[in-house]
Amino acid sequence: MEINDGTGSSHPMAGGKSPWGAGSGKQPTGDGPSGNEPSPSADEPSADKPKGPRNPWLPPTDEPRRSASIEDIFKHRGPEGPRRSGGGGDGPGFRLPELPGGRSWFPLAIGAILLVWLAFSMVHQIGPKEEGVVTTFGKYSRTLTPGLSVTLPWPIQQVDVEQVSEFRIEQIPEGSAQKLMLTGDQNLVDLSYIVRWTIKDLKQYRFQLAQPDETVREVAEAAMRASVAQKSLNQVLSGSGRADIEQSVMSRMQAILDAYESGIAIQGVQIRKTDPPKEVEEAFKDVSAAQQDADAEINRAEAYAQQILARAQGDAASFDKIYAQYKLAPEVTKRRLYYETMERVLRQNDKTVVETQGLQTYLPLPEIKKRAEAAPAGGQ
Amino acid sequence: METFWETHKTSLIAAAVAVVAVLSSIVVVPETEQAVIIQAGRPDRVANRFAPDRPYGETGAGIVFRVPFYERVERIDKRVLSVDMEPQTVLSTDQLRLNVDAYARYRIIDPVKMVQTAGTLATVDSQLAQILSSVVRQELGRRSFSALLAAERGSTMANIRTKLDAQARKYGAQVIDVRIKRADLPDGTPLESAFRRMQSARQQEAATLRAQGQKNGQIIRAEAEAQAAKIYAAAYGKDPQFYDFYRAMQSYDTTFAADSKSSTTIILSPENEYLKQFRGNR
Repeated sequence: MEINDGTGSSHPMAGGKSPWGAGSGKQPTGDGPSGNEPSPSADEPSADKPKGPRNPWLPPTDEPRRSASIEDIFKHRGPEGPRRSGGGGDGPGFRLPELPGGRSWFPLAIGAILLVWLAFSMVHQIGPKEEGVVTTFGKYSRTLTPGLSVTLPWPIQQVDVEQVSEFRIEQIPEGSAQKLMLTGDQNLVDLSYIVRWTIKDLKQYRFQLAQPDETVREVAEAAMRASVAQKSLNQVLSGSGRADIEQSVMSRMQAILDAYESGIAIQGVQIRKTDPPKEVEEAFKDVSAAQQDADAEINRAEAYAQQILARAQGDAASFDKIYAQYKLAPEVTKRRLYYETMERVLRQNDKTVVETQGLQTYLPLPEIKKRAEAAPAGGQ
Repeated sequence: METFWETHKTSLIAAAVAVVAVLSSIVVVPETEQAVIIQAGRPDRVANRFAPDRPYGETGAGIVFRVPFYERVERIDKRVLSVDMEPQTVLSTDQLRLNVDAYARYRIIDPVKMVQTAGTLATVDSQLAQILSSVVRQELGRRSFSALLAAERGSTMANIRTKLDAQARKYGAQVIDVRIKRADLPDGTPLESAFRRMQSARQQEAATLRAQGQKNGQIIRAEAEAQAAKIYAAAYGKDPQFYDFYRAMQSYDTTFAADSKSSTTIILSPENEYLKQFRGNR
């Protein structure tokens, strides 16, 4: 601002103070908005100016009302509106106090900016999980470890800070889309997994690969495909096979990435899910249902076996008991059993005794029949 | 300010010109790039050329000088670059189709040659992508389907790499690695028939499991029955005659004395064993 002031005297527009300045007459418009005039101080010097154009960029014939409304917009922003303070050399802006000896603030301001810039570009705070690569005019100089470090300022040395020991996670596939992979027995499996990796050598990571992150993904895909292609579907689906695959993908990836000198360390590969493809899921479910069915069938058979054996043992035991008694008194026991059974049988049945032998007896068949019919009816 | 300008005008202008001259003759080559300095259209020298064994910081990166206007600097990536093949269908010897997606990693080892033959990296990239597709198709098309799946294991990938590398050398590039990223069955019939095959395999498995369950159940039942028969034989075999009587009594009980709803009429003759006492034991 001071500088503007100094040259202001020769400025072609000095007469009007400011081409944009809200200072030019508000009054001629005679409009309501003039009442809102927030800073009359700027208006006063130009109050007696002619009604000519206030804005040099507008043709002289332009209606004053229009420019007035534009000014209003600025005015409504308050006295510190951008135009007002920027355009007017000695507008309502604040003025720095004069330095002793009348020196300008300019060199000091430059100096301060320089200092801040130096401080920012020379002192680097490296976080606990970070490392920084220092390059001098593009050439690798050293690697900064966690803590506070000082380097040469920016155009000379540059520091590139990167999270090093923090685990980076690649999820493949991203989202929940189905990703089918061919197994060794030419079946398909829907597989998703996570790769966790860190940077083990920052300068290699920075300088060696054009697209390190994408490389990790591609290498992971290649390694996973190769490992899955060596397993059968059942091995992939089963727990132990998964562990094998995780292990082999991890070592495969590490070997490839080391061959690229990528400076990347694979920390772990974790298979999140191995599912049969959606299209054949039902058939797979039916297999486990069949397994359940088979187990159920065996359970039923075993229950029956237990039953039949218990029954046999029970029968045999009871026979043995009776037989022991029978042995003691065979004839009596036999008779007793006979009469007891006869009693039970005849008590519950209709009896007809046919007396005379050799005589044709009339069998009261209709009656028997009737009674036979009545009995179930009565029973019910 | 004004006075300073007035008095030092000449020197200021001279300094500015000097700065501009120095700046335009200095080129900063970062570790990730190699620079070919071209003298009036003819490659003259290379800065920060790739050298496998030289550690970072000693490769020649940093400030490189050139003669302004006379010399032009072409920057070429020094890092390991990737060329991604368009996924394409490979027909195996057993007439099965497989969609293969491969990638190659390469590096420019001779930037001068690259500048002369290809000009830009984009050209190298597209050329290599084309060569890669044709080499992949050629090499994989000579194998059976199952060998395709296990392509990583055999010499296939090495062959592809060697062939691609031979071509890449013409562009000043070196192929470091070629890998199959994905190998999928093409959509449509091949995929559906694979699904059908998987489905029928599972159905077969399910049927087998159920049959096995049935069989095992039968065996268990039969074994139990045999066991029971043995128990019965051991018990009843002691006195078959008494068993006959005993069992007959039981049988009558169940047949006639059970609380059956239908009543039976039994016609007895006085000769009957049971009634013989009625006759005074004649």
